[in-house]
This record gives sequence, C-alpha cells and structure tokens, in this order.
Amino acid sequence: MADFLMPSLGADMEVGTVLQWLVKPGDVVKRGDIVAVVDTEKATIEVEIFLAGVIQKIVVPEGEKVPVGTLLALLTTDGEAVTAVPEAKPKPAAPAPVVSPLAPPTPPLVARPTPIPAPPHRPRISPLAMRVAMDLKVDLATVQGTGPEGAITKADVERAAKAPPPPAPEPAVAAPIAGPAPTAPPKAAPIDHRAAMRKVIAAAMARSKREIPHYYLGTHIDMSNATGWLQVENLKRPVTDRLLYSVLLLKAVALAARQIPEMNGFWIDGAFKPSEAVHVGVAISLRQGGLIAPAIHDVDKKGLGEIMVSLRDLVKRVRAGVLRSSEIADATITVTSLGEQGVETVFGVIYPPQVALVGFGKIVERPWASGGMVGARPVVMASLSGDHRASDGHRGGLFVATLERLLQEPEKL
Amino acid sequence: MKITYREAIRQAIRDALIRDQRVFLMGEDVGAYGGCFAVSKGLLEEFGPDRIRDTPLSESAFVGAGIGAAMNGMRPIVEIMTVNFSLLALDQIVNNAATILHMSGGQFNIPLVIRMTTGAGRQLAAQHSHSLEGWYAHIPGIKVLAPATLEDARGMLWTALEDPDPVLIFEHGTLYNMQGEIAADAVPVEISKAAVRRAGTDVSLITYGGTLGKTMLAAEHLAASGVEAEVVDLRTLRPLDTTTILDSVMRTHRAVIIDEGWRSGSISAEISARIMEGAFYELDLPVERICSAEVPIPYAKQLEDAALPQAATIVATVTRMMGGHG
Repeated sequence: MADFLMPSLGADMEVGTVLQWLVKPGDVVKRGDIVAVVDTEKATIEVEIFLAGVIQKIVVPEGEKVPVGTLLALLTTDGEAVTAVPEAKPKPAAPAPVVSPLAPPTPPLVARPTPIPAPPHRPRISPLAMRVAMDLKVDLATVQGTGPEGAITKADVERAAKAPPPPAPEPAVAAPIAGPAPTAPPKAAPIDHRAAMRKVIAAAMARSKREIPHYYLGTHIDMSNATGWLQVENLKRPVTDRLLYSVLLLKAVALAARQIPEMNGFWIDGAFKPSEAVHVGVAISLRQGGLIAPAIHDVDKKGLGEIMVSLRDLVKRVRAGVLRSSEIADATITVTSLGEQGVETVFGVIYPPQVALVGFGKIVERPWASGGMVGARPVVMASLSGDHRASDGHRGGLFVATLERLLQEPEKL
Repeated sequence: MKITYREAIRQAIRDALIRDQRVFLMGEDVGAYGGCFAVSKGLLEEFGPDRIRDTPLSESAFVGAGIGAAMNGMRPIVEIMTVNFSLLALDQIVNNAATILHMSGGQFNIPLVIRMTTGAGRQLAAQHSHSLEGWYAHIPGIKVLAPATLEDARGMLWTALEDPDPVLIFEHGTLYNMQGEIAADAVPVEISKAAVRRAGTDVSLITYGGTLGKTMLAAEHLAASGVEAEVVDLRTLRPLDTTTILDSVMRTHRAVIIDEGWRSGSISAEISARIMEGAFYELDLPVERICSAEVPIPYAKQLEDAALPQAATIVATVTRMMGGHG
C-alpha cells in the first residue's frame, strides 16, 4: 500500500486545497496521470501521480485545505495490486487409492521426472478473515484485500459485509489537458489569488534575497545570426508552427546548463544537488498580476518545434490558471524575459531552491564592431543571476559565454 | 521511593539474608569488590564472609558447590557474572541442578537460585553480551526469570528462593542503572504469570527483560499515529505463561515478538509456535519477530546498535504490518 501525499508545488507552498478528484477508488493509475486538481495560493494545479497502481481510498475530500505532505489518498502499487480473483473451481481430487496398511507404498518414492508446476495463484486470506467471512456470510471472492501483498484481512471482510453491492466499474477518468481548460473548480470557496499570490511571491523572494548570495553577470549577445536564421526558418513553416525567438533562447539556456551543470539544480540542506534533467522554468506574468514560472521539461532534449508547442500550451494554461504539479515543482533553472516590457537588462532574483536565473532584455539594434567593421546588429543583453554558494563567477562567466556561442549557431539548436 | 534496578536487587538480597539464615550469596567478586555490577556492595561488611562468599574463577566449581549446599538444606544465591560465563557451568546447571529431583525419584529438591547478567547494549563485545536465556528456557527442571521492572527486580528473588527447585534469574545489563519509583514496602511477586504492561487493541508486542523499555517506547510512538499496541512482558521464560500471550493475541489479532536473542531456535520461535497452535484462527496477519542480527554482538557502538532490536525497528515493523499508516 502506498501513500499519495499533498505535493509541494514549489518552495513557497505550504498548504493546498483539493478542489477536485479526477480518480475514485478502484481506478487504475499510471505514472504521470493527473489525479486531482489542487489550488495553491498561486494557481490551480493539476496534480500528477508518480506511482502506478490502483487507487484504494480517497482520504482528503474535495474542498479541504491541508498542509503539504498530508496523506491525500492510498493506492496499492503494481507489485501488490492483487484483487481476489475468483478461481475456477478445482476439480475434485481423484479418490486416493485404498492401500492396505501393510502393503508397500504405491507408487514408490522416486525422483519426479517432471518439474512441479507452479501452484495457481490464490488470494491471501488471513485465518481470522476467513473465520469472520464465514460468520458474516461474505463471499471472499468479492473482497478486495488491503493487507500485505493484497491479503484479505478481517477489516476487509467487515467492510465488504457493510458495503452495498459494487457498482459497475466506470472507465477511469483520464483528464486530457489539451483543449479548453477544465471549467471552474467545484465546491471549494474562491480564493483571493491576487493577494495570496503577492504574499507567496513576497515570501519566496524575501527568502531568496535573505538566503542566496547572488552574483550577477551580463553580456551583450549579437543576435543577427539567430534572428536571420529564424526569419528564414519561419518562412518554411506554416503560420501555426512558427517559432518565437524566445524558443531559441530557452534551448540555448538548456544546452548551456547541461554543459555547465553548476547552474542546473537545487541548493538543499546546505549542499548543491545538480540535476540530470534540464527543466527550464519560464517566468510568465499573469493578467491579473503576479508571476508564475512553470517548467518546460527536458528542454535540452526537445526540438525547437516541440519547445514552441510546450511554450504555447504552457502560456495558455497559465493564463487559464491550470497547471500540472510537475511543471510547478521541478524547474531546475529559470528564464525570465522582459523584452516585451521594453527594458534592455534584467538582473533577476533566483527562485529558491534553484541556483541560477537567466534574464533576457529586448532585442535592440546597436552599433556593433565585428571583424574590424562597425555595423548595426540586433543585440540582446543576457544576464545570469547565480547562487554564489553553488558556483563562482568564473563558472557563471563560462555559462554566459556558452550561451553566447550557442546562439551564434541557431541551426544547431 | 526512588531507587535503581541495581539497588532493588541489593535490597532483595539483603532482605533474603535477614529473613532466612540459610540464605547466602556466593560468586566471583561478590564480597570485597562488591560485585561486578556493584549489586552486593556493602553486604560483606553487613553480613560477614560466611554469608557473602567470594569464590575462585571456576563457574563449574561454585555452581556445583551451590547445588551441594542446596541439597543439604541451605538456600544459596549463586551469582555468575554473565550468561556467557555460565556456559562453563552448563554441566552443573543442566545435568545436575535440573535433573537431580527426577534422577533421585523425587527425593532431593535443589532450592538453588542462580543470578546472572545477560544481554548487550553496553559495548562489552561478544563474550559479555549475548542473550542465551532462551537456551535455558529449553531445559525442563529449571525455572527462568527475566525481571524487567523495579518491582520484579525487588520481588522475584524471594519468590525464587521459596521455590524448591532451581531458578535462574537473568538481569539485563542495561537495566542496572534504570531508576524509578517503587513502593517502600514492595513485596515478593509471583513468578508464574506474564504481565500486560500496556493495554492495546491493534497489535500484541510480546517481549521481556532488556527490550521491554524499547517496546514500551515504541508503543508510545505508535499510539501517536493511532496504533494501540498491547505490550506483554513475559517475566518468566520457563514455564511460559501461554494463557496471557494467547489472551492478548485474541484481543489484537496481530503479534510481534521482540527478543534480543538470535532468531533461529529462539524463545521467540517458541512463542510464535504457541500462537500458531493456540490462536491460528484469531490471526489477521502472520506473526512477526524482531530479534538480534545473527552475529556475535559487535563492540563498536553503531554496529552494536544496528545488531539489536530497537524501538525504531519495532515502530517500523508494526507500521508496515498495519499497512503503512495505522
């Protein structure tokens, strides 16, 4: 039996409200399935489950607000998911041959010529459960065991005796996320997101500035190759598939993070824990104010087109206020881009427990000297806010230089 | 009255020496030195060398002398430093003390009491740390006691001395410094019954001696997560009070046996078997056992701790049995 707990959807989350369950007892879930909708103070999050198994019991009802780590539901995992499968009735054994007490035993005891077949699987039932089932006249074949390795215990039998006959099983709710966002969450009282979000951003950022010794590096990057390549590339693509230049930035950041691993991971319990995967958090401002930085997963392994699809989907869902738990909780490095707002430079605040944040300003045309010539080039200011506990300016500088180099060859991104 | 386990035993010995002139104490260093664990400190001064007798380093000889004294009408208390050393007197204990009543056709009782320390937890390494009381519990003809509380430490000795047959008392080495309140007029206790030290409904934790404290602690922890464990203190390993054990299991339907002895062929195996024989249809889960790792008990503290049953092991085992969450 495994526990499904209220996840921590970001360093700033302490409590969450279960708005909606998308599964019910008996549903089969696999890793990555969305099982519940949870409201944090920042957003409505679709919570995924990372265990495969069968939901046994919902512990926290819809509408209830509970701290991170609270048991939300119980499930039996694959290894133990054993339901009492009614067995085919064994044929009555052939009557044993009657042997006179003095006759030699027949057949003689010799080595068995054939291997013994494995006994058929039979449900585990505790002796007490068996006795109670007899008393309560419960058919054990209909009882779902919750004991060790799916064993049927007394409690299971008593539960089955009380329960009404089980309803016909419905298909498991698989809530696809594409398309219009699910309608407003039911039951739970509305939360004043604006004030609450300000509060959690305040807490996270205060923590960041209090705990993280930031250092800041910046460099101007010539974007003529990138914008030039993008223009040509976009002409080849149908309008719906065209790429934003920020996709190039995200991919370049992800590849640079893979090369300079000190920028990619978490500072936890006084030590840097680098991350194998590169999940890039994208700071997205919300219409009603506030900011959220969900992650696009495995950006370093995705093609530009895939990143674009993810980004578009993410922005849409952020604005609709529906995010998945894994996107909220597991960014390994964050990118903030304030180009739209018209600033040239941003030195951001690291989102703890991450250790780096990359900022991009707007692309501006500037006089740029290259190969002894001065010309007008599109230039963007890239900045790195680094956690000095996890890395030094030297590695940070290498990271920025790598970023610059990667952006000079956009066709390879 | 606040006293230590050590002091409770000393009071019991002193009380016995005063009550009955036939009682005397003998063993290695029990006199001038005051006992290896300072249990008999001061008794030599009070009672003199006839009653508090230092013996040579020869377990076989002084246990044999104890048997002879008991046959001839005395009431000897023989102290053996540790259960490991008692193996040197195994012939006297098993072949003589335990059998003479039978071999003599009921003519000779052996009213002998042997006290010894047992158990680990004090970094005394393998030759001073083993828990072999389960072996003695195998032998017909002797009684085996394991006082785990101050009342039992104070009260079991007199009851044992009154018994016409040999009684072995196992004092767990970690208990000597245990301190607590005890009635000033604490009295002899009966030695034929196990005790329910904590009532509970969800699981029976069956233990004795040095692991009772850890088990009680584990039960408190479990209670915090909603699991009410019943703690049964065996007190006497031979004869086992099967009735109390089975009554408890019939209430809780689950049992864990905590035994500092090694699992194979242990007293915990015997208890488990008796539960099967007497309460199979009451069991809702298989009986579990928490025993010492099957190694000579290590000297290094971390290794010693790891080898022994601990409160955390008990909590984890019960939590797993209860499905991971009470």
